[in-house]
Amino acid sequence: MKQLYTFVRKEFLHVLRDKKTLLILFGLPVVQILIFGFALTNEVKHATVFVRDDAHDDASRALIERIDASQVFDVVFNGPANLDLIIPSGFANDLSHNGHASVQIITDASDPNRATTLSTYLTAIIADHQLDLSEMQGIPYLIRTTTRFTYNPQLKGAPNFVPGVMALVLMLVCVMMTSISIVREKELGTMEILLVSPFKPMMVIVAKVIPYLLLSIVNIISILLLSVFVLGLPINGSIPLLFSMSILFIITSLALGVLVSTIAATQQVAMLVSMMGMLLPTLLFSGFMFPIENMPLPLQLISNAIPAKWYYNIVKAVMIKGLGMDAIMKEAAILLGMSVLLTAISVRRFKVRLA
Amino acid sequence: MTTKPIISVHGLTKTFGSFTAVDAISFDVAPGEIFGFLGANGAGKTTAMKMLCGLLSPTSGQARVAGFDLSTQTEDVKRRIGYMSQKFSLYEDLTVAENIQFYGGIYGLTLAEIKHKSIALATELGLTLEMNKLVRSLPLGWKQKIAFSVALLHDPAIVFLDEPTGGVDPVTRRQFWDLIYAAAHRGVTLFVTTHYMDEAEYCHRVSIMVDGAIKALDTPHALRKQFGVASMDEVFTLLARGAQRSAD
Repeated sequence: MKQLYTFVRKEFLHVLRDKKTLLILFGLPVVQILIFGFALTNEVKHATVFVRDDAHDDASRALIERIDASQVFDVVFNGPANLDLIIPSGFANDLSHNGHASVQIITDASDPNRATTLSTYLTAIIADHQLDLSEMQGIPYLIRTTTRFTYNPQLKGAPNFVPGVMALVLMLVCVMMTSISIVREKELGTMEILLVSPFKPMMVIVAKVIPYLLLSIVNIISILLLSVFVLGLPINGSIPLLFSMSILFIITSLALGVLVSTIAATQQVAMLVSMMGMLLPTLLFSGFMFPIENMPLPLQLISNAIPAKWYYNIVKAVMIKGLGMDAIMKEAAILLGMSVLLTAISVRRFKVRLA
Repeated sequence: MTTKPIISVHGLTKTFGSFTAVDAISFDVAPGEIFGFLGANGAGKTTAMKMLCGLLSPTSGQARVAGFDLSTQTEDVKRRIGYMSQKFSLYEDLTVAENIQFYGGIYGLTLAEIKHKSIALATELGLTLEMNKLVRSLPLGWKQKIAFSVALLHDPAIVFLDEPTGGVDPVTRRQFWDLIYAAAHRGVTLFVTTHYMDEAEYCHRVSIMVDGAIKALDTPHALRKQFGVASMDEVFTLLARGAQRSAD
């Protein structure tokens, strides 16, 4: 036990001496939360709409005012805009006499996501306006459908990316840092000395992962504090549940880190494998950036093998939706299975390498 | 030899698939002896040494190291041996004192013992002022001496030195051998692999491995006489010329 303490103390000295690592460890979560929170937002606010009003009548003016009054759009009459709206001449006449009128919406399809979002918003505003008009005319038996978002009603970005950032940061700290720190001992030749010593190989692994387990927990706390106090995103579910699930994910990632260290011969290789093999799939397949439902079936199947996907779903369920253990049984069981399997494989591989 | 050997090897063999890296080697090493373990690259000396340190398990054969059976009492063997590799294997981002604390700690030394040893070591090597400096900032020769002292920290019966003087200038090498002699004088057995034939002359006895087998084993003086040459270098060349394996 005392030997383990000596070892863990040494690991902490390594981390504390290396200013760059320290910066990555504690700066990264902060920077990611701030970037995703304030820079990389896909919320739409104050998009510009260029309106060409060929009608110049009461009906067209009412519609333009309605659009301008919304938070989403600012109407402009010249210059480049995110969206064009063309109201043909005779708009009021068509509306009152024919009962229907057309407008044209032109979007910038070079950014399809934004174009779709904007045209959906604009169509919704026009539809709203149309309903109000028909109500004023007193048409009976009007069936009005309204969609209300109970999950994330303001369509904010934070509820989606905070769980994603948590998965990403934990993956980075646990897999990359752990594998690099083990491989460094191999490169330095200190691993040989450790193996010649009476210190058990199993204990080398334990001693190597303990510091990163603790640092990861510190990272989770800092991400959660930032998300609550800076982004105003509350933790709706049980905090102990959120933490125990996070620790389960950390253990899975640490096992992956040890596994990478048994494959990689140099620190550079360890870093590359962690980046390409772990971080990239986490970004692509956790559902945090790209919806998994939209992927082709083979990719959907691959995504099931990514631990971050299950963790991401758990964090969304517990933190955002405020659900309990019964809602995440499947995800938790999969994550538990992965962590047991990966730990077994990496410990075995670590030992085989020594034999 | 009148005393009981500290290392006793009988028919030690290691095969990797169909390749026999170490082919039934046998030898004894006496306590306090400086035993030179020579061989060209790929001759199998690293594999043999790894087996003796408990890093590799032998395919067949027996060995007793420091009074314990290598196959069945590996943990006891590990407690009684020290190891220093050609990389000197200190943590560059830790201070000298922290390295000593760490290595002392994993061998289960108490804090008082570590403190006592650190002071003794600092005085012996003249490093009192450097104890709190990062290892990174020290010259190679000092790192080498510290690495050797660290390998001796837990008072092992045997220290295995794997090419301990690689990359060091001749003067520093000579000084390092003074440390080796001092350790041998205190009764520590030293098992040394080296590429430098002048260092082979410093050893009490020398074994030369060719193609996984020990082709010669005696004092440097006797070997020179046996082969009728003037230096160990020539002995080595004569033996290594017969090698079938190429260097790895």
